[in-house]
Formats: sequence, structure tokens, C-alpha cells
Amino acid sequence: MTTLLNVKDLRAYYGQVQALHGLSFSLSEGSLTTLLGANGAGKTTTLRAICNMVRSTGGIEFDGKPLNHRSTESIVRFGIAHVPQGRGTFTTMTVEENLQLGAITRKDSAGIVSDIERMYAHFPVLKQRHTQQAGTLSGGEQQMLAVARALMLRPRLMLLDEPSFGLAPLVVRDLFGILGKINREDKVSILVVEQNAQLALELADQAYVIETGRIVMSGNAKDIANNEEIRKSYLGY
Amino acid sequence: MELFTNQVLAGIATGAIYACMALAVVMIYQAIDHLNFAQGEMAMFSTFISWQLMQWGVPYWAAFVLTLALSFVGGIAIERILFKPLAKAPILTNVAGFIALFAIINSSAGLIWDFTIKQYPTPFGSAPFLGSQLISTHQAGMIGVTVLLLLGLYFFFQYTKIGLAMRAAASVPESARLVGINTSWMIALGWGMASAIGSIAGMLIAPVVFLEPNMMGGVLIYGFAAAVLGGLTSPFGAVVGGFLVGIFENLAGTYIPGVGNELKLPIALALIISVLVVKPAGLFGRHIVKRV
Repeated sequence: MTTLLNVKDLRAYYGQVQALHGLSFSLSEGSLTTLLGANGAGKTTTLRAICNMVRSTGGIEFDGKPLNHRSTESIVRFGIAHVPQGRGTFTTMTVEENLQLGAITRKDSAGIVSDIERMYAHFPVLKQRHTQQAGTLSGGEQQMLAVARALMLRPRLMLLDEPSFGLAPLVVRDLFGILGKINREDKVSILVVEQNAQLALELADQAYVIETGRIVMSGNAKDIANNEEIRKSYLGY
Repeated sequence: MELFTNQVLAGIATGAIYACMALAVVMIYQAIDHLNFAQGEMAMFSTFISWQLMQWGVPYWAAFVLTLALSFVGGIAIERILFKPLAKAPILTNVAGFIALFAIINSSAGLIWDFTIKQYPTPFGSAPFLGSQLISTHQAGMIGVTVLLLLGLYFFFQYTKIGLAMRAAASVPESARLVGINTSWMIALGWGMASAIGSIAGMLIAPVVFLEPNMMGGVLIYGFAAAVLGGLTSPFGAVVGGFLVGIFENLAGTYIPGVGNELKLPIALALIISVLVVKPAGLFGRHIVKRV
């Protein structure tokens, strides 16, 4: 399998504070990879560094092309859709406008219309609420909307930051089921950051564990899930 | 009764101008969270440009369109040169920037065109409108142009891709960048549009208040009153506020004893304060429904 995303010796800074200390990992085309780790380990920072939303040094290559020093909005045009922590919903706009915004860089109006219908098929609740202000949706619905908005880009890679955050366990199961389906059927590579390690490992094929800004463990998701020592010392379950 | 109708219609006509100024103020407020104190001076300068073009022999409507285009470009230039570098600066730095801009434009206009009062033409004439004594053709023209402008802007923001992008950039800038919107240019575009809207207000009100560097001072205060009344976060509210302030101003001047022309402006300021005390978000201020 070809490498889609290659991150090398990534260091990131918030002002004077260094959050990532030379982090390296890669993601192959079509895979569903998860970054695990405790609070403050640097998971969110890693995603933000990929989209140049935080000052960083080191190499980030997407499909062989360097992403460093490109603006956040131009990185989107490579086909990288980022669902930020807290979902980034345009709360004062309607559900349908949120979906249209996801496709704002695309030029094919016919494709956009059919993709909106496709999203409504994936997430029927969004169709019911398509004229409603997005801020009035429940947390789970907003997370579905955020994923749908990201898919409207027809991304090659989707970055998901804590999709399970604040959601009821049943809703999380649903959502992860849909993510797996999108990965298999729409061939979207996914990099998901999670605190819910158990669930993420069930879903993912590759996994990396971060601790204080460094990768401390990597491998096949199944192997990591089955390794009691790693689970206990890094993942806490 | 005729006096009442007459005052209301005249109020709607000047209210249309306040609505334009309020809208211009709200557009920039939505984009950068600051009140543009120089909005009136920008409009005044645009009006002078149109006057100069007409002095050079350009016909009214050609000068009107040309001024719109120049104001649009000028608004973008001001943002790029002055306010983009101030984007991350504290509030007071920005306020100082606006005051500086106010003084620079005002003095430049005085230097170029001097401070004497000039006549400004109206393309509509000032005959009674449709034979009625209630409203003049120029007042009807002010209302007509404003309504066309508002419809155009509504269509633009509701049904075009770039309008959608501008709204997104103003409401959640970070998410807007993550879907690929260049938010920095959306802000510049907002400045350009606000500047063009202001120039329309200036050109429409100039035949009434006459052309001189301080012509927009009072108008902008009414515009602020309108924006505060309607809610600084609501373009729709700003427009409604503009018409309400225009009508209110005229009725107060006519019916409240002792107000007359002299106290009309303090009335507008009293309105700003009363609204801020009673309903800080304004009549239509955004009420975001949010579930966590």
C-alpha cells in the first residue's frame, strides 16, 4: 500500500511551550489509523499541525507533496478534511448550508447536489432537519453533521478529533459504524484521534500511541488491543 | 393627518440612508468586531469623488457606478493597508486606527475640495412625486435605490456561493478556514462592500445635506443609533433600525414640543443609550440557540 500521509520529526509550539517533540508516523492510502493517548499528550496538536493551525517544524508530506508553510485553507484543497474538536459547526446557519460549506471549494454544482442527497442517505436525521439552525441539533446530530460536512469535500483523507467526545455510548457506536463504512465504501482514508481507546482500536487497522508529544508505540490495531501490558500502561483499560 | 403622513414618508426616505449606513457599519462589525467610526467619512469622500467626476463632465449615473467601483476598491485597500496588520491588536489600538482614518479622510477632503458647501445634483428632480405633495421625487428615489440595494444584498448573501462563504467566515472563522475559505479576503471583501454601500448613502443624501467634508457626521450618528437599535449582529435589524430611527426622528421633531430641528440629534443619542440599557443586544440582536 502506498503512503498517503508521512509525518517526520514534527515539533509544534504554542508560544514558548513545545507541545510535540519530534513525532513521526505515517498513514497508508485507504487505512483507518488512530492516534491514542491521554489528555494533553499532543493528539489534537498533531492534527492541528497537519492543517497548519499551530506553529510547527518538521516534515509533513501528503501524497508526496510537502504541506509545510501552506495556509490552512489551501491545505483543504489537497483533499484533507478536518473535523475539529467541538465539531466546528456553523451554528447560526442551516444544516443544508453547513453541508454546502463543506463543498465550497468544489466547482461541480451537480455533484454537490447529489452528494448532499448521499449525505442525507448516510444520515437520515440530517434530512429531517435540513432547514433547521445547526446550533439546535443535539450533540450526536452535530457530530454527524460535522462528518457529513467533511465528506462533502470528497476528501482523500479525513482528520477526526475526538468524535466520541460528549456523546452517549450508543450514539458513539452508531457514529463509529458509519465511519467504518465510509472508510470501506467511499475509500476515504481516516486519521482519528481518540481518548476512547477501546472503541478506536476495534475500528482502526493501524494505531499509534502518543505520550508527551512523542510516539511511544505503534503497530497493528489488533495487536495493540491484545497486548495487555500496553493497554494497562498507556491506554488505561 | 397629512402632516403625519408627510413626516412618516420623509422619515422613511432619510431612514433609508440611515439604514445604508447602519448596514455598512454592521458588515464591518460582523467581520472584525469593531465599529468603523470612519464609515461616514469614507462615504463623504466617495461622494466628493462622484462630484468631481461630474465636474469633469461625466453623466450622473456613469459617475454613480464609477464611484461605487472606486469605493469598493478603496474599502479593500484601507483594510489591506491599515486594518489587516491590526487584526490581532487590542481593541483600543483599533479604535485609534479608526479615529486616525477619520481625521485623515476628513482633512484630505478639506485639502482637496476645501470646506465650502457645494450643491449636489439629484437625478430624480425635486418635483412632487406622482403629483402628491406628500413626498418629493428625490425622496422617492432615495427609497427606491435603497430597496433595490437591500434586495440585491439579500440575494447575494442568501443565494450565492461567495455570500455563503462571507457569512461563514464572519460566524466561525476557524471552521471557515477548515472548509477552504480564505477568511482574510472575505474580510477585505466585506470592507469593500461596506464602503460601496456607504458611497450610495452619501450620494443619495448629498442633495439634502449639501456636499462638504462634515456632511456625514450627523448621518453616521443616526446610522450607529439604527445599528444599535436593530442589533449590531443583525443586518436585517440594522435596516429596520434605520427606517425606525428616520421615522422617529421626524415625528419627535414635529410633535414633541421644544424638540424641533435643534434637538433631533440628541434624540438619536438618547435612543442609543435607552436601547443599550433596556435591551443590550438590540431589537433583532442575535439570539443564538445552542445546545451543548
